[in-house]
Amino acid sequence: MARVVVDVMLKPEILDPQGQAVQRALPRLGFEGIADVRQGKRFELEVEGPVDEAALARIHQAAETFLANTVIEDFVVRVEEGQ
Amino acid sequence: MTARVGVVTFPGSLDDRDALRAVKLAGAEPVALWHRDKDLHQVDAVVLPGGFSYGDYLRAGAISRFSPVMETIIEQAKGGMPVLGICNGFQVLTESHLLPGAMLRNNHLHFVCKDQKLRVENNTTAWTSDYAQGQEIMIPLKNMDGRFTADRRTIDELEAEGRVVFRYLDGNPNGSIDDIAGITNAAGNVVGLMPHPEHAVEPLIGTGGTDGTGFFTSILKRLVNA
Amino acid sequence: MTLDTVKNASETPDVALPWAALGLKEDEYLKIREILGRRPTGAELAMYSVMWSEHCSYKSSKVHLRQFGEKAPQSDAMLVGIGENAGVVDVGQGYAVTFKIESHNHPSYVEPYQGAATGVGGIVRDIISMGARPVAVMDPLRFGAPDHPDTKRVLPGVVAGIGGYGNCLGLPNIGGEVVFDACYQGNPLVNALAVGVMKHEDIHLAKASGAGNKVVLYGARTGGDGIGGASILASETFEGGTPTKRPAVQVGDPFQEKLLIECTLEAFRAKLVVGIQDLGAAGLSCATSELASNGSGGMRCDLDDVPLRDNTLTPEEILMSESQERMCAVVEPEKIEAFLAICEKWDVTATVIGEVTDGDRLEIFWHGEKIVDVDPRTVAHDGPVYERPYHRPSWQDALQADAPTAERLARPATGDELRAAVVALVGSVNQADKSWITSQYDRFVLGNTVLAMPEDSGMIRVDESTNLGVAIATDGNGRYTKLDPYTGSQLALAEAYRNVAATGAKPLAVSDCLNFGSPEDPEVMWQFAEATRGLADGCLELGTPVTGGNVSLYNQTGTQAIHPTPVVAVLGVIDDVTRRTPMAFAEEGQLVYLLGTTEDELGGSAWAQVAHDHLGGLPPKLDLDREKLLAEILIAASRDGMIDAAHDLSDGGLIQAAVESALKGGQGLRLIVPDGLDPFVFLFSESAGRAIVSVPRSEELRFTEMCGVRGLPATRIGVVDGDVVELQGQFTLPLAELREANTGVIEALLA
Repeated sequence: MARVVVDVMLKPEILDPQGQAVQRALPRLGFEGIADVRQGKRFELEVEGPVDEAALARIHQAAETFLANTVIEDFVVRVEEGQ
Repeated sequence: MTARVGVVTFPGSLDDRDALRAVKLAGAEPVALWHRDKDLHQVDAVVLPGGFSYGDYLRAGAISRFSPVMETIIEQAKGGMPVLGICNGFQVLTESHLLPGAMLRNNHLHFVCKDQKLRVENNTTAWTSDYAQGQEIMIPLKNMDGRFTADRRTIDELEAEGRVVFRYLDGNPNGSIDDIAGITNAAGNVVGLMPHPEHAVEPLIGTGGTDGTGFFTSILKRLVNA
Repeated sequence: MTLDTVKNASETPDVALPWAALGLKEDEYLKIREILGRRPTGAELAMYSVMWSEHCSYKSSKVHLRQFGEKAPQSDAMLVGIGENAGVVDVGQGYAVTFKIESHNHPSYVEPYQGAATGVGGIVRDIISMGARPVAVMDPLRFGAPDHPDTKRVLPGVVAGIGGYGNCLGLPNIGGEVVFDACYQGNPLVNALAVGVMKHEDIHLAKASGAGNKVVLYGARTGGDGIGGASILASETFEGGTPTKRPAVQVGDPFQEKLLIECTLEAFRAKLVVGIQDLGAAGLSCATSELASNGSGGMRCDLDDVPLRDNTLTPEEILMSESQERMCAVVEPEKIEAFLAICEKWDVTATVIGEVTDGDRLEIFWHGEKIVDVDPRTVAHDGPVYERPYHRPSWQDALQADAPTAERLARPATGDELRAAVVALVGSVNQADKSWITSQYDRFVLGNTVLAMPEDSGMIRVDESTNLGVAIATDGNGRYTKLDPYTGSQLALAEAYRNVAATGAKPLAVSDCLNFGSPEDPEVMWQFAEATRGLADGCLELGTPVTGGNVSLYNQTGTQAIHPTPVVAVLGVIDDVTRRTPMAFAEEGQLVYLLGTTEDELGGSAWAQVAHDHLGGLPPKLDLDREKLLAEILIAASRDGMIDAAHDLSDGGLIQAAVESALKGGQGLRLIVPDGLDPFVFLFSESAGRAIVSVPRSEELRFTEMCGVRGLPATRIGVVDGDVVELQGQFTLPLAELREANTGVIEALLA
């Protein structure tokens, strides 16, 4: 089984309250020098059969219509190597 | 003399004033504590209230756990000071490792607000001595991340040592393991639960019952008799 | 990129500006040029365009809304009226209450979760900026057809957004409505109400006075939210390239808003604030121009000092940004340090961005250059006012003639038919139990909730020692209003008024959210004109002034407008919340009385919709004197302990209310059809001015005598008993069967 990873992040121009709260907490815990934090989601899809162009296109479609809310989120689909 | 019971306000705490009111109605002296202040102002016990501290961002309770006040609370709790964590406060206690396990999103993925029936499984803790063993009580429940979970060994240990303090009755509202609603540490001074006893202390308000009062009278008796 | 300064604008009068793309009409643009005596700068154009928009200026509705002031009843309770962020009402014992209802319809259709969430955030900031601590929220919601696939997208998102924001903010959600109708398919209505409490001396107003006082912007950093228009300005006129990428959706941060509440209230307590304004629609444009024009008039701001989330923003965009969770305060210079310290305590970013000046100009600077120099009143208050043409729709007469008479619509006649009709009604989506939705809202937080949905009104304890409380109900019926806009809006008012009284509280004041189609359609405009006229007349007669509210127009897809839907919120006061009247019939043996008069009135009724998918005829008649009398009786009966439960009759009629009270109390009912009434009419008519009450036997004489003396018809229709709802001689329905029909309906819809 091959693994395809979909990373979903809020679009850069969309406010990310979670990332901001984490960023503000970091210096209090002694982790200095972090200019910005954005929090996202990672989906790991175990694909049956070959990960060919058609399979990737299907996953791309799933990401676009379901995994990500493209009104506010971007996503990246990539095949995880080394399996 | 009476007992001083502190209630911590973290940024995003919501039920802090309700907890202060419940402490007062039980006859103890409520003391407001601030998350940035390490000093506990001579309180005899501490309540970590419900809410969405730091918006529940990252994980519920994960950022509050590192506030200055928690350093002192963790240290004193280990020395035996009674601590009650309600909902978000329970989440802070697990993130602080004062209690085992962790809370996951409710299995139905929705926030749930309802009157919840519980059974008191252990009436020997600092916060439950005014209840009868096995007593059934009605306490409001309201949360998004209320599904208690832990590895099997931890659960077996909690069960074997009688450290499950409350169990959900008439249906599990969030998918928590073994219907667990609340637990205690081995010494019985630290108790955490998801339902909100501070919302069940006046006949007219909330569920319309006073089944939650026992938490606050239990701690008062213990402290005054100590 | 050249900066369009005031100097530059004076020297280059002929530069073309994209006023049309910003939504301005040519005559509006020419008026701006006339006001300024030159062409506006890009920044000025941005400010005028957004402040003169329908949303901010009420240009189509203003001429009609004036009636709420002109016809306002004399009321000692009004402390602050229309025009401020929210009206303020005296509830006694030194307490004042502020409440307001607003729409967030379109954003909730685009992105249901965030649209609904930011709607809660916006209305709560209006309440804080009056100086009050918010104590509760409510959400009247309207969705498209229950079986339409898009409803499955919109409804769960809206509900999760309201819960996600309100729960995290720590405000109990105590009421509202959920209505489904195909007319709302592309235009769901997401209205949000908030209520706050303060002492009289804590009332704060949006004004900037006192030269030298500092203007502080605090809360979230400013990003490029909600500035589609300004981006056009930036790209087409000043950069010539493609528009900068700006978010179409605003994301709410309830945690930031919670900090904003606590920080603002602490600053109020320390007496550090001269004037305050929240930043909502039109952002800084609105806050600066309104604060300045309501104060002495002069203000100077430096946009370089505005904390940004995105440092590519142009000054025009900064002025128009609608980033959420921001407030603007005016603070005396010697108190500024204390104010900033409170912000720091709550981890809230706060920056001095300007000061109040001696003059009467609003001047805004960027990189040391003056880019705005206007009379703030011309921005905030002198927007265009339209007398939009309107006329009675051509189809109105035919609609009203299509009455649901027995000849036209088959009515159930036998016991079995009546029984089946009851089951169908209580199991219909609009009449079904809504706890799938309301259980996603926290109703307990703050520990003062006396009543919450599905009770007739939500009730909050205001003072723990005296038990003073307030009650609020929201109601609207688009079907009635479509049949007759004048009567329909009065029926919405009457229902909310009745709901407040049914819980034992005395109605005091009104806030309204007027949801309509396009004002450019004369038939829609007629609906709007009639509905506002009806509401203003009704408020005058009931003695409950309109304290504020909101208008939402353009709720239509193509030429298809929503039903005209005025949603009316009524606020009432109760001296002792322990005397409140709940809706549950819980005591076996108590007598059930029907108050009011029942006639054959089924136009726009729930029965007509459920049984025949029919909308036609006239809505129920309304007698506002009768409504007042009914309210007085309900309040007196509650105060003197003559009734144990009460429930208003509205959509679904008597049987719907009776089933709800029976299910809530877990007790059955034995009902008898009163003499002279047809069983069907008795069960399903929606005649106004009615309620059912449960009366302890010991109080029967006292209660019926009171009704008799006051002239309110009170008919004994049954007794609380057993575990079935029985209509004598007609049918028997076990509570279990009714509960089965009434619950799980919304879940099934979304499955």
